[in-house]
Formats: sequence, C-alpha cells, structure tokens
Amino acid sequence: MQIAARASDGFTIFDISGDIDLAHSPQMRKALLGEIKEKRIPRVYLNMKNVRYIDSSGIASLVEGLKASRDAGTRLILYSLNNSVREVMQLSRLQKIFEIFDDEAQALAS
Amino acid sequence: MQGTSLTESSTAKGIRPSEPVSSDLLVRLQMHSNPDALCLVRATVERATELLHFHETQTRAIVRSVDEALANVIRHAYKGKSGLPIEITCKKLRVDRNGAPVTGLEILLEDSGVALDPAKLKGRALEDLRPGGLGLHFIYQSMDEVEFSHKNGKNQLRMVKYTVPANTVVKPEGE
Repeated sequence: MQIAARASDGFTIFDISGDIDLAHSPQMRKALLGEIKEKRIPRVYLNMKNVRYIDSSGIASLVEGLKASRDAGTRLILYSLNNSVREVMQLSRLQKIFEIFDDEAQALAS
Repeated sequence: MQGTSLTESSTAKGIRPSEPVSSDLLVRLQMHSNPDALCLVRATVERATELLHFHETQTRAIVRSVDEALANVIRHAYKGKSGLPIEITCKKLRVDRNGAPVTGLEILLEDSGVALDPAKLKGRALEDLRPGGLGLHFIYQSMDEVEFSHKNGKNQLRMVKYTVPANTVVKPEGE
C-alpha cells in the first residue's frame, strides 16, 4: 500500500493505492488520525480509486477515523471506490454511514 | 488439548455440508504468521478460483474469507507473534447435488496457536459501529460451509465455496 497526501487550505486528500490489509492498515490509521485528531483538518478526503483490496482491519481503521472526525466536528469523505471496496462496505453495512462520492469533483463540491 | 475434538460445524447459509464425490489437491502452502505474506496467499487463492471458473464476485468473496481467516489466526491464535506456522490446503471438490455434479473449492487452514472456543467465534453486531469484529462476519456471509475444529493439537478451519450457490437447485443433465 502507498499513501500520498495533498494538503490545501482546510482539507487534505489522501491518495491511497494497493492493498489495505493487516500489514498496511496501521499506516493508513496513523495518517488518518494524524490529520483528524492532531491537526484537526476540517475535511479529510480518501481517494480510493487505486485501492485493490481492503480487509476488516482496513475497515476498522476507517471506522476509527470516522468516529474521530465526528468527535472533532470535522468530515471524513471517501470517493472513487471500486467494486471490491464497495462490496466490503456493503457487507459491513457501512455504505450509508460514511460520506461516499463517485469521484473527486463530487466529493470536493459536497 | 491433544486428542480432544472441539468442533462447530457451521452451515453458513443453513445448508447441510455436502459429501464430496471426489477431492483433488490443488495447492498446499506453508507460511509464517507474518502479515506481509498475506498478499502472496491472496494471489494464490485467486488463481485457484480462476482454475475452477468461479465468477469474479465469488472469487473476491473466497479471497476475502481466506485473508480474514488468516488475519484471525495471526491476531488471535498466535496473539500477533510472527514466525509461527500456518498451513493452507486448497482442494477441488466435486459433489453430487440432485444427480448433477457441482464443483467446489475447499480451503483448510491449520495452525498450532491457542485453541479458540468456536462458541465465542461470533462476529459483532453490524449495528454496533466500532472498529473490529467484522472478519468472521465476512467469512460467514461469503462461504457456503464454515467449520471450526481442534484436532491433534491444531486449530482447523475448513471453508467451502461452490461454483453454484449452495441454495440453488441444480437439475440433472437431460431434465
């Protein structure tokens, strides 16, 4: 998994690629919580276009990020989920819990 | 625990496990309890599903189940310690359903970690929004048969997925 950050005024976009599994979810968790809890960035976007796979530990990190953002009064927004990631979100019944958009333009305009 | 047998046979979809007509070894892997090796197993299992002509959605479900089961072994049975042995065996099954042959993929995971009580191996309620507890839920939702046991000092998890869903009535040829 690789994660790159694009920071702008009031928001950060994380471009994530590869597999978010047991080996790599701690890296994503650390990045997410750093922006949300420590820097208190108002909007954190996750561009998941190039995520091939996400497991339950990755989902757990997203849920932790979501709870942290709710506590901080900020937003965690996901976009460009492929079929594999969408399936896992549906299995977890989280697709309506998270803010999810089809692409970056829609996400940024929300 | 040697010599004892602790088994919970779970028919994930409420279907009685099928007796195989034939069973052929596809691949047997040995790995250590290292999370970095999970991607190798996922790739191998994906190829095995392709050999058996599973649909893309079924392939993702099988790969997800094996990955989640291995993650559970690493996290719970081995308590996060790396370098401990796990064996993965994939077999092609052929079962007879109403006189018609149905192909399945059987995956057997074995580890020598802490024996877990199958009665406690329940995923959390999905309504409970908190991290963790989803892996088992994914496995039960994805596989046709899920069976935990503890035999000869080893934890075993047997999972089966059929190319034709287990709750589908298959008509014999000619009907």
